[in-house]
Amino acid sequence: MSVQIVVNGKPMEVEPGTTVDGLLTLLNVKREYTAVAVNREVTPKSTYGSVTLSEGDKVEIVRPMGGGAS
Amino acid sequence: MYDTNLVLGGKEFTSRLIVGTGKYSTLDIMREAHEASGAEIVTVAVRRVSLPGTGESILDFIDTKRFTLLPNTAGCYTADEAVRTAYLAREAGMGDFVKLEVIGDQRTLFPDVPELIEATRTLAREGFIVMPYTNDDPIACRKLQDAGAACVMPLGAPIGSGLGIRNPYNIKIILETVTVPVIVDAGVGTASDAAIAMELGCDGVLMNTAIAGAQDAVAMAKAMKLAVEAGRLAFKAGRIGKKLYATASSPLEGLPDWTS
Repeated sequence: MSVQIVVNGKPMEVEPGTTVDGLLTLLNVKREYTAVAVNREVTPKSTYGSVTLSEGDKVEIVRPMGGGAS
Repeated sequence: MYDTNLVLGGKEFTSRLIVGTGKYSTLDIMREAHEASGAEIVTVAVRRVSLPGTGESILDFIDTKRFTLLPNTAGCYTADEAVRTAYLAREAGMGDFVKLEVIGDQRTLFPDVPELIEATRTLAREGFIVMPYTNDDPIACRKLQDAGAACVMPLGAPIGSGLGIRNPYNIKIILETVTVPVIVDAGVGTASDAAIAMELGCDGVLMNTAIAGAQDAVAMAKAMKLAVEAGRLAFKAGRIGKKLYATASSPLEGLPDWTS
């Protein structure tokens, strides 16, 4: 059984017990200047290894991008 | 000439020009333009990582030892979205500064002031250095200051419009109304617009499109640096009053007599 989650708006399947840290490694995302929110709540970097993703979780992974104003 | 530094959230800046990171034709040109502008603060948007996360990062082109990052909440339409975006930026390691935008309307990109004030209050309480983009409305600016804003950033004209400072009188009243720094954000089209903002007594100018969209972005960045400095100097120097009629600048005494 895999766990269905949504990452940056796209559906994805991960192994049960996958942590935020595991997801970032899986997706090859650099940790520096990156932040993660799970179900609208910011996940502190210190908890990446302990937060396990559950069925239906919505994950946002963001970083700085070019921009001035809206 | 002696001048004080721009102080935001207890941090001092020599440059009074803040620049953006969007719309440049290439990231190399952006880096060169940042250099030419003399800016010490650059604003960045917060957006989803492209997955898998192998793409280049804009921060490969910004020396974060030299430039203070100013993450913005561009694209947020509610206080809740803006607050969450600010938290994400801080957690990502972009520091405590936030250029707070809560947009009210897609066509004008004018701010939603009640939401902006609410978000300012929340973020200031959480220790953020809040720099809100707002209308050129002295009352809104006063309320933002009361809510804990580190400065107020009234628009000169709509974002990306290049129309310049459309209501210099309101900017003047804002300067008399608040004690926090006043930074004109949005509307600047060319160097004289930036100079006008500074001549009015503003503490700084923030711009993106005027530089990034110019045919030669690096040259325009230099022009903006000089304009902000010239405007600031003119303000400090104290301009002459405006009069309808001429006043001779040569003495009237000692004219030769040419009558025959």
